[in-house]
Amino acid sequence: MSSNPDESGVGVNAGEVLLDAHNVTMQFGGLRAVNDVSLRVHTGEIVGLIGPNGAGKTTFFNCLTGLYKPTAGSVEFLGEPLPPKPRLVVRAGMARTFQNIRLFHNMTAIENVMVGMYSRTQTNAIDAIFRLPRHRREELASTKRAKELLDFVGLTGSGDSLSRNLPYGDQRRLEIARALATDPKLLLLDEPTAGMNPQETRQAEELIFKIRDLGLAILVIEHDMRFIFNLCDRVACLVRGEVLVEGTGKVVQNDPRVIEAYIGAPATEPDWQQPGDRPGEGVADA
Amino acid sequence: MRAIIPDALKLQLRYPARAVGILGALAMAAAVFMPWAYGPGALDNMTLWASPSPLQLFFGVLALLVLALLAIPLVGKPKLGRWAHILAWNTSAKTSAISALAMAGVAAIAIAIELGGVVNLDPGAWVALVGGVLAVTATLFLPDSPPPSLERVKSAKWLQITGIALGMAAVLFGAAYGLGLSDAGAFLTFAAFLVGLVLILRQFGVFDWLSIAAANNRQVLVLSAFTVAFAFPFTQDGSDATMSVAAQVLIFAATALGLNIVVGLVGLLDLGYIAFLGAGAFTAAVLSESAFATIDFHPPFVITVLISGAVASLLGLVIGAPTLRVSGDYLAIVTLAFGEIFRITMNNLDGNDGPNLTHGSNGIPGIPDLSLLGFDFGQPHVILGIDIGRFANYYWLMLLVMGLIIVVFTNLNHSRIGRGWVAIREDELAAEAMGVNTFALKLLAFSGGAFLAGVAGAVKAHYDVSVTPDQYVFLESAFLLAAVVLGGMGTVAGVLIGATILKLLPEKLRFFSDYRLLLFGLLMVVMMRFRPEGIVADERRQLEFHDDSEELADEVEEELIAHHAHLNPDREVFEL
Ligand SMILES: Nc1ncnc2c1ncn2[C@@H]1O[C@H](COP(=O)(O)OP(=O)(O)OP(=O)(O)O)[C@@H](O)[C@H]1O
Ligand SMILES: [Mg+2]
Repeated sequence: MSSNPDESGVGVNAGEVLLDAHNVTMQFGGLRAVNDVSLRVHTGEIVGLIGPNGAGKTTFFNCLTGLYKPTAGSVEFLGEPLPPKPRLVVRAGMARTFQNIRLFHNMTAIENVMVGMYSRTQTNAIDAIFRLPRHRREELASTKRAKELLDFVGLTGSGDSLSRNLPYGDQRRLEIARALATDPKLLLLDEPTAGMNPQETRQAEELIFKIRDLGLAILVIEHDMRFIFNLCDRVACLVRGEVLVEGTGKVVQNDPRVIEAYIGAPATEPDWQQPGDRPGEGVADA
Repeated sequence: MRAIIPDALKLQLRYPARAVGILGALAMAAAVFMPWAYGPGALDNMTLWASPSPLQLFFGVLALLVLALLAIPLVGKPKLGRWAHILAWNTSAKTSAISALAMAGVAAIAIAIELGGVVNLDPGAWVALVGGVLAVTATLFLPDSPPPSLERVKSAKWLQITGIALGMAAVLFGAAYGLGLSDAGAFLTFAAFLVGLVLILRQFGVFDWLSIAAANNRQVLVLSAFTVAFAFPFTQDGSDATMSVAAQVLIFAATALGLNIVVGLVGLLDLGYIAFLGAGAFTAAVLSESAFATIDFHPPFVITVLISGAVASLLGLVIGAPTLRVSGDYLAIVTLAFGEIFRITMNNLDGNDGPNLTHGSNGIPGIPDLSLLGFDFGQPHVILGIDIGRFANYYWLMLLVMGLIIVVFTNLNHSRIGRGWVAIREDELAAEAMGVNTFALKLLAFSGGAFLAGVAGAVKAHYDVSVTPDQYVFLESAFLLAAVVLGGMGTVAGVLIGATILKLLPEKLRFFSDYRLLLFGLLMVVMMRFRPEGIVADERRQLEFHDDSEELADEVEEELIAHHAHLNPDREVFEL
C-alpha cells in the first residue's frame, strides 16, 4: 500500500513477502463487504487488522483462507496464487482461528490438536486397517507433538479434557494450538482475546510473541487497541470494506480518520473512554 | 417417582417399607415352587408343585436378588463396609423388583393368551404377581441410594479377566437357551428376564466396571468373544432351525456394521445400503457355478468375494462422488432413489429390456454351496461328536467376515481417518479449514462401507442358494438403519445387539409378523424420545445428542480418564 518505508512499518524483523493480497473485493449481492483491499505480510511480522464492527475484517480473512472466493482481485501466498480450497490453503502454510470458537466440542483437547495435523500426515486406510508401521509411527509422533503444542500454549495436563469442558480462555488457546498443529508459516487470528479478562489477554499477548519467535508471521484481527498496538509491527484499519490507513501503530493510532471511524463524529467527547465499550476500546489509552 | 413420594415420608417409612418388600420377595420366591399355569401347553410347563421349570428358576433369581438387596443392608452400615457405597442397594432393589414384576406380568399374559383366558392362571402366577406388586410398591418408598461406584474398585487383572469370561459365558448360555425356545410366550418371558437382568446389572455398575476391564484387557475380550461365538454351534447339536437363524443374524449384523461406518462414524444418512449387499450377491451369483449364471467366468470364491466387494464399492463411488459434495439431505434422497433404481435394474436385466444378466425377477437360483480348501459348506461334519450342519458352516464363515468387518471398523475408527470423521461430524467447515480432506474421507467411508456390504453379499448369495431382486428392497435398508440406530450409532457391540433384536424377534415371534412394522416403528419412536444414542451408547454420540448436558460431559470426561487409568496410576481408587 504505502510507498513510504518509514510509515509502512515494514519492520526490522520482516523478511520476504509471505502473503500478498491484491485489490481483493468480496461482493454479497448488493453489499460490497470487502472493497479493493491490498495487504502484504512478510515473514516474521505481526500485522494487525482493526476496524469497527461489520467493516469486513472476517470476510477478508475468509477470502484469504479459501472459505470465500473473492469476487475480484488475487491473493498470492509465497509467490503462488492461493489454492482454491481451505484445506489446500492449510497445506500451503496458512492456518486460522475463528471469531466464534469452532473447536470440535466433543473431542478431547489432544484430539482437536491431532485433527490439525491431518494435512501433515499420510496414514491411509490400508495403513490404519492393518496397523502398518506408518500408522504406528505417525500416531506416536502426532501424540507427542500434540502434547508439546498443548504445553506450548499453556494447556499442560488438559489433554484428556473434552474441549467443551474447558474454560473459555483455554478454548481460545486450544484453537491456536490446533492451528499451529497444521505447521503454518502464517497464522491468522480472528479476535483471539474476545471475551477474555485482562490477565488472559496479557497471556495471549505473550503467546503471540512466542509464536512469532518460532519464525511464524501473524495476521491478527482485534478490537482491543492496547493489545493491537503493543503487539503489531504494522496495523491496517478497515472501514466499510476499504483500507482507511495502514502503517505503524503510531501512525494509525494518531490518524484522525481512524478515531472518527470508530466514534462517528470527530471529538464530540463521547463515552469511548469507558473500558468495555468495544469499538473504541483502547483508543483512549493509546 | 422421586417427585411423587416426598423424601421425609420415605425416611419415616423406611423400615416398614423394607419389611413389606422382603415379604413380597419371599412370596415371589415361594411362587417359584408353585404351578403357574393350568395346562402344560403354555410357556415351558409350569404346572407342577415343587418342581420349577427353567423359566420359574430364572424368576427365582430375580426374587432372590430383591430379597438379598433388601435383607443384607439390615446387618447395618459398619458391617457392609465399603460395599455400602459400592452398590446402590435401594435403587437396585427397586430395579430388581420392577424387573421381577415385569417378568411375572409377561408370563401371566402369555399363559392367559396361550391357554385362552385368565382362568388358566394357577396360584403360583397370582402369588408372583402380588409379591411383585408388594415389592415394587415397597421399594418405591425406600430412599434413593447414591450412584454405584463399582467401576472405582481397583481389581486385579485376573478378576477382570474372570469377569469378562463370565460375561461371555453368560452371553453364550443366554443365546443358546433363548434361541432354543420355540414357544413365543416362553421366548418373551425369557426376554423380559434378560432385559430385567441387564437393567439390574447396569444399576450395580457392572457394565461400567466391565467396560473398564474390557478396555484394559482388549485381547482377552476379543479372544473370548470370538471363542464364545465360535463355540455356539456346539451348543445346538445339529439343530438346523437355530443355526439358520444364527447365520442370518450374522449376515444382517455384518451388513449393519458396514452401514455403521457410514452412518455412525461419519454421520452420513444412507437409505439405500441394501443395494450394495445386493450388488455383491448378484456379482457372486453370476460368477458362481450355478447353471443359471450368466457370465462364463467362475473364479474361486476368494476371488469372487473381492470382485463382489469391488463392484459394490465402485457403485458407491459412482453414487457418492457427485452427492457427497452437497449437504447431507441430498445424500439421503439420492441413496433412497439409488436403492430403488438398483432393484428395478436387476429386474430389467432379463434379456427383454436389456442384456440378460440376472434373469429378471426370477433371479439366479441353484447357486452351489461353497467349497473352500476342500471344506464343503453344504455337507454336515461331525466335530467332537457333535453334528455341524450346513448352516453352522456358513455361520462360521460369516463369523470370519464379521471379524474382518469389526477389525476394519475399529482400526479405522481409532486412527487419523477416524479422527477426521469425527471432526466432519462435529463441524465440517472447521474440519476443512483445518486441512481435513472432508470429501475424500466421506467418499472413503461410503465406498469402503459398500465394499464390506459387497463381501457380505457374496456369502449371502451362496447361503441363500438363490438371488432375486425382491430380496433387496427398501424395507431392508430401513431395517439395517434401524439396527444401527437402535443398537447405538458408532459402536460395535450396540449394532450387534440391535441387529440381533431386529432379526431375531420376527423369527421367534411369528404371530407378530403382521404387526412387526408397527411395533418396530413404535420402538424407534420410543428410543428416539428416551435414548436417542441407542442401547449401547458411543460416548461421543451421546454427547452430541445431549449437547446441553454438562453433567454428561463431566461424566464422559471422567470415564475417558478412567479408561486411561492404567496410564495414570495415581488416580484415586477404592482398595478392596
Ligand atoms: N456470507 C455473507 N453473506 C452476506 N453478507 C455477509 C456475509 N458475510 C458477511 N457479510 C456482511 O459483510 C459485512 C462484513 O462482515 P464481517 O463479518 O466481515 O465484519 P467484521 O469486520 O468481521 O465485524 P466484527 O468486528 O463484528 O467481527 C457485514 O455487513 C456482514 O453482514
Ligand atoms: Mg469479524
